[in-house]
Amino acid sequence: MELFTKPSAVETFYEVVMIDWFHPSILFIAGAFLIPFLKGNVRKAYLVLIPAFAMIAVFSAGEGTYGAHSFLGHEIIFGKVDKLSLVFSYVFTLMAFIGMVYSLHVDDPGQHMAAFLYVGSSLGVVFAGDYFTLFVFWEIMAFASAYLVFARRERRSIDAGFRYLLVHVFGGVCLLGGIILHYADTGSILFGPIEHDGSMGFYLIMIGFILNAAVPPLHAWLPDAYPEATVTGAVFMSAFTTKTAVYVLVRAFAGTEMLMWLGVVMTVYGVGYAMLQNDFRRLLAYHIVSQVGYMVTGIGLGSELALNGSVSHAFTHILYKGLLFMGAGSVIYMTGKRKLSDLGGLYKTMPLTMILYMIAGFSISAFPFFSGFVSKSMIVAAANHDHKAIVSLLLVLASSGTFLSTTLKLPYHMFFGHDSGIRAKEPPLNMLIGMGIAAFLCIAIGVFPGPLYSVLPYPVDFEPYTGDHITGSLGILMFTALGFFMLLKYLHPKNLISLDTDWSYRMGSRVFMRIAKGPVGVYEGFITEVSNTIVLPVIYSLAGIGLWIDRNIVDRFVNSVAAFVLSISASVRRIQTGFLQHYALGMVVGIMVIIIIYSLMGGG
Amino acid sequence: MIKGMVDYICDPENAGKRRAIFYVILVVVFASDFIASRHHIAFAWDAIPGWSAFYGFVSCVAIIAVFKFLGSVWLLKKEDYYD
Repeated sequence: MELFTKPSAVETFYEVVMIDWFHPSILFIAGAFLIPFLKGNVRKAYLVLIPAFAMIAVFSAGEGTYGAHSFLGHEIIFGKVDKLSLVFSYVFTLMAFIGMVYSLHVDDPGQHMAAFLYVGSSLGVVFAGDYFTLFVFWEIMAFASAYLVFARRERRSIDAGFRYLLVHVFGGVCLLGGIILHYADTGSILFGPIEHDGSMGFYLIMIGFILNAAVPPLHAWLPDAYPEATVTGAVFMSAFTTKTAVYVLVRAFAGTEMLMWLGVVMTVYGVGYAMLQNDFRRLLAYHIVSQVGYMVTGIGLGSELALNGSVSHAFTHILYKGLLFMGAGSVIYMTGKRKLSDLGGLYKTMPLTMILYMIAGFSISAFPFFSGFVSKSMIVAAANHDHKAIVSLLLVLASSGTFLSTTLKLPYHMFFGHDSGIRAKEPPLNMLIGMGIAAFLCIAIGVFPGPLYSVLPYPVDFEPYTGDHITGSLGILMFTALGFFMLLKYLHPKNLISLDTDWSYRMGSRVFMRIAKGPVGVYEGFITEVSNTIVLPVIYSLAGIGLWIDRNIVDRFVNSVAAFVLSISASVRRIQTGFLQHYALGMVVGIMVIIIIYSLMGGG
Repeated sequence: MIKGMVDYICDPENAGKRRAIFYVILVVVFASDFIASRHHIAFAWDAIPGWSAFYGFVSCVAIIAVFKFLGSVWLLKKEDYYD
């Protein structure tokens, strides 16, 4: 069977790359491998030019289906370009540009490569027209982003990176299982709205997706890993993983009522846990859970207004959350501190960082004329429109909590409050420029929502700036501030950490290790003993006979086969490196091989 | 220039002025909700002037109270808990 039937691979490559449409993932993924060979200013220019070219590619792209070809009897599509995928690609390339400007001072090609692969694979997911393509990019995303945690090169980061990777490999396996069941049921691997039939395949795919959207109880990887990532790595992570999950949920699970309730829980859960945090990037990470909750709620509501709200909120969220992480990262970069209890009084020496951070704070809190106002309000309006009273009330409660901890508590203890005596300077110019671009966009979208509304998947019939909406929002926010200042003396950050659902696998793994060292260890010792005393001698003697036959009977052709087998066994021995990431990668590769064999049998 | 403005606004000596401005804003926001025309009344409480101010304040206090309580009795642990 031919792997590639019509059109030929070369023609397909020509079609995807050269003529109709340039797939931006090619720029990032192929481009990543050039980074180690570039030095100094050439590398810096390259790092911002690639995202700039990708922006041109997606902003000039027209709708359509590109790069479709038959692979093992199934149609796979690299480029399904419609309004939904385009709007995500706009903000992904935009954020890649901003993030790269912010990280230009980093002299670690590995991190830049990982960021490129991460962005490229996120774009690959967004344009994937079938589950196979989606799954491959989904897994590259997990590995590339895990590197951004490892790259901090501290014990805690490496531990958190392994936990992050294991959770995502688990999610990937759920997704794959779901895809296979879905294929067995429908005979199609095309990615689109899934029938809400409550089948096993439906739920497994959903678990794979909502794990990446950080829906409790599958969310703990996010606040566990993001604060342990590098300063610049966390900026990328805050943008891509959860938002590709929002994209796939909008595409496949719009109108699933369960998601509406899960989303509402997320919004309140995130702001509640954020109240308990002392590590300020962990505080912001819990606010990702909360904000993505709004998007997931909108997906569950499923109306055109709600889906427009989810997509536009993903758009604005990427920019203001990136800016929050850039501001927080600047403080870490300049002070070396990561806990609120160690900071205070930074406004004296970091006024620009403070102003840029506050712009993001006002945006996430949905102040009028900041970006969150024009997107979050669509989701609340959609809940109101469907007369979901509890949903509406809890979403508004969560926006009070958002303002409370990101825009009041965090900056109060970081920039004002008790003077820590730290006199850190402003961060390097490239970091300030990256933050400046994001801040500009946060205000521009808030003041002129028209361009954003025009690229949403459905026609927009929504006016954010009505009198009662402005006074209502300001009422919520200003009286939240009143509550904050009244209760300020109870809100001092303490040197404590909070328990979350990651407790189950962090403590569970200890129980597992105890069993592994105890009963399993004894069993393993027995097996090794048997193998050494019985199996190995048999194999040795067989090998000896083989060698004799080989030397004396078989011709040189078989000799070379034996050499080949020896080399494979040598490499198999080398595979057992003891590195977890190698095993995880091996699992994923194995899974892909299984898919190919499966589709060969199914398609052939 | 920006630094000068930030220093002036954040100067502890101006705490009284900041507080006065904050109270004025609270009054203006609360009062303006009485004159804003209502376009979208989805639920009964949307028609009550000043509802959002009340609800915002209650939300803030509720989140602090509930999660501070959960934190103190259950969720918060020493930093070396997992070590």
